[in-house]
Amino acid sequence: MFGYYLDLALRSLKRHRVLTGLMVLSLALGIGACITTTTVLRLLSGDPLPQKSDRLFYAQVDPNAKEGYIAGQTEPPATMTYVDAMFLLHAHRAKRQAAVALTSGKIAPQRANERPFYSDGVQTTADFFGLFDAPFEYGSGWTAADDEGGSRVIVIAGFLNQKLFGGANSVGKTIRMNDHDFRIVGVLKPWSPQPRFYALDLGGHDYGGDGDAMFLPLKTAMDLKMGPQDIECYNAVTDVDNLAAAPCMWLGMWVELPDQAAVADYRTFLANYAKQQVAQGRFSRDETALLDLMGWLRDQQVVPDDVRLQAGLAYGFLLICVLNTVGLLLAKCLRRSREIGVRRALGATRGAIFGQFMVEAGIVGLVGGLLGLGFAELGLFGIRHQPAEYASLAHLDLSMFLFTFVVALVASLIAGLLPAWRACAVAPAPQLKAS
Amino acid sequence: MRTPNQSAFHKGTATMQIKPILSALRKHRLATLLIALEVALACAVLCNACFLIASRMEAMNIHSGVDEAALAQITLDCDDCNANDVNARVLSGLGKLPSVQSVSVINAVPFGNHAGTAGITLDAAGQHSGGVVDFYVAGPGSFEALGLQVVAGSAPAQGDFQAVENFLPADASVWVTRALAGHLWPDESPLGKEFWMGKYHFRVAGVLAHFARPGGGEGGPSTREWSVFVPALPGKQLTNNYLLRADPAHLQQVLRDARAAIASIVPEAVLDQQASRTIGELRDSYFQADRAMAGILVGVIVALLLVTALGIVGLASFWVAQRRKQIGIRRAIGATRGDILRYFQTENFLIVTFGIALGMLLAYVINAVLMKFYELPHLPLYYLPMGALALWVLGQLAVLGPALRAAAVPPVVATRSV
Repeated sequence: MFGYYLDLALRSLKRHRVLTGLMVLSLALGIGACITTTTVLRLLSGDPLPQKSDRLFYAQVDPNAKEGYIAGQTEPPATMTYVDAMFLLHAHRAKRQAAVALTSGKIAPQRANERPFYSDGVQTTADFFGLFDAPFEYGSGWTAADDEGGSRVIVIAGFLNQKLFGGANSVGKTIRMNDHDFRIVGVLKPWSPQPRFYALDLGGHDYGGDGDAMFLPLKTAMDLKMGPQDIECYNAVTDVDNLAAAPCMWLGMWVELPDQAAVADYRTFLANYAKQQVAQGRFSRDETALLDLMGWLRDQQVVPDDVRLQAGLAYGFLLICVLNTVGLLLAKCLRRSREIGVRRALGATRGAIFGQFMVEAGIVGLVGGLLGLGFAELGLFGIRHQPAEYASLAHLDLSMFLFTFVVALVASLIAGLLPAWRACAVAPAPQLKAS
Repeated sequence: MRTPNQSAFHKGTATMQIKPILSALRKHRLATLLIALEVALACAVLCNACFLIASRMEAMNIHSGVDEAALAQITLDCDDCNANDVNARVLSGLGKLPSVQSVSVINAVPFGNHAGTAGITLDAAGQHSGGVVDFYVAGPGSFEALGLQVVAGSAPAQGDFQAVENFLPADASVWVTRALAGHLWPDESPLGKEFWMGKYHFRVAGVLAHFARPGGGEGGPSTREWSVFVPALPGKQLTNNYLLRADPAHLQQVLRDARAAIASIVPEAVLDQQASRTIGELRDSYFQADRAMAGILVGVIVALLLVTALGIVGLASFWVAQRRKQIGIRRAIGATRGDILRYFQTENFLIVTFGIALGMLLAYVINAVLMKFYELPHLPLYYLPMGALALWVLGQLAVLGPALRAAAVPPVVATRSV
């Protein structure tokens, strides 16, 4: 029966070429716009570390002054002071913990006739690599003893290793950064989580790039006065160079908590710490926060407003296109009242007529989906040429490819419902009489 | 099949045709409703998209207050260099290049990177917040080079330029913009007024007509010009960022020369390729995302109008084909081609009007939703008649083809069966 409907549908579509073309085109435009924006939206709201994002938490406390504080409403600032971060770090209440800040440094080339260049880096503590599953090509991270001693050790990214050493195992070799010698202890495999979740609100970009080029111990960076990219001070600063004591926030604090019990324990620990600081007069607010990775991404609104707006527009546009298709399908089915009358008189049931029209709508949807895929590729090509950080990441993957056809079929079948229902409600007798 | 009310078209005027059109539309309630809904959605999206474009354009047209066409920035990365030595070499080295009018030291430029964003207070104790402003810390010659316009007070004199301690001079005469002065001291003369940033103390010596902060204002468009000009002497805390002024006609050439010359003037420094550009280029890249978004919105509007027009053409064509016989009959009993044409045009006008009425309501709903999620003001009322006009014109253009085909139906059709 399905084969027969298919045949009938194709005949009918062929008979009204222009109208069929209009339906397919408008549906394809709507689908193309939707798939383009949904791809970008999915790209931006994706999980950068799916295997353990539910075990990673971002801790926040609030050293700001009382002024402007509304209990329960004011959220704690994104970063921490050195004093607070060090306390949490040394308390070892989580499975792993790391304090993170961004920096940059001038790297001297290995070959004689090249110019020095600046690279982005991360100043952090020993657990960083295990905490975020950063994969090593050669060597490993540094130890807690290196953190304490401020050792001149460094982990470099694969692309920096390629640039400096042609990709060879460089562990144990020395590189010169900001006119100081650093011993390489590890080389990472390509690692560039999107978004760069561990450094949101620490300065720099959230999306794109090959990842940070170098990682060095926090204490080492502080000893060498390699300032963090972003500092926020909540009190008058007397000596901004002395970051260990300055009333300034500049460190992001990450912890790994394996289960619910550990999360609850850590929450209590954090709250007690804040209360104790308030009691000592160092804090005036006892607000704390412990968001998991995805919660932190939402809190930081990593998906730009413009992208949401574009997606909203695209779905509005698809709605208009579906309405348009309903109208055109309806017009077509009204025109064929007599054909329906004849078929009904010859014994076709209402269900058969309904099925026939739904098949027709489905075909329009599939062709529209195929054409829409072309429009989506065109749209993504356009996105890749936009001046956005995430531009180069915009590609259609298999799931979006399949999703396109699901959207196309669902949209066209919904569009087909009303006309098909109208068609099967046609009474055969008047139609036969009229001719 | 029923024919429209026959008495109507003997009278032959467009107004008289409304009644039969309405009764014909009642027969096609569903199709009429669909087209009207489509027009309504199109009208709502059109009004809001145009409004979004207009607000982006407004943001892009901001007056920076400086002579953009004549200025460029040179930025160096040189953490461990001897700042005084570097400043002296760059100022004299770049100053010698042909066509350069002046070189000065400045911590930031409009549309460049933020350098001195900080919260200020109106009292020494730090109790009364004045908001977050941007400090332009700038060396001698920069005020004239920028081309800042003073509306009250006088331009900075030589004695106003003081050494910088950490980030700002400890106690300085500063120049604020009219926008910032209006925010801090709404009904008073700002001259001589004081404000603080931590322990740093400032006294207003002059008011500037315009001076945009480097990036966007954190508190929205109204804070876009909350800038403070702080005269300061180049030194350890004011170095690595230079303002070049040249004849606009030669600016590109001067910038190219300067970028090339830096390697020999300060071989120990690294030139920041991204930041060392003309203010015009920095402005362009600053607004790139807004321009792209405006472009996308225009694309959406075009696609939207196209699809709506296609829908009207499709449905009108079918109605014409369906009513060939009635049209023939009407022509046979005396209706002119013009009557038929006007019938379809009036019909379209009625449907579109119904859609627009619905669309205006929808436009306000969408605007209200957008206002909840974005920093957006109310949709100004005049967008509604503009959107309505656009859709009326679109509807008339779309229906013209099918209506002309209808008008071309010969009366003889009436005599044929089927």
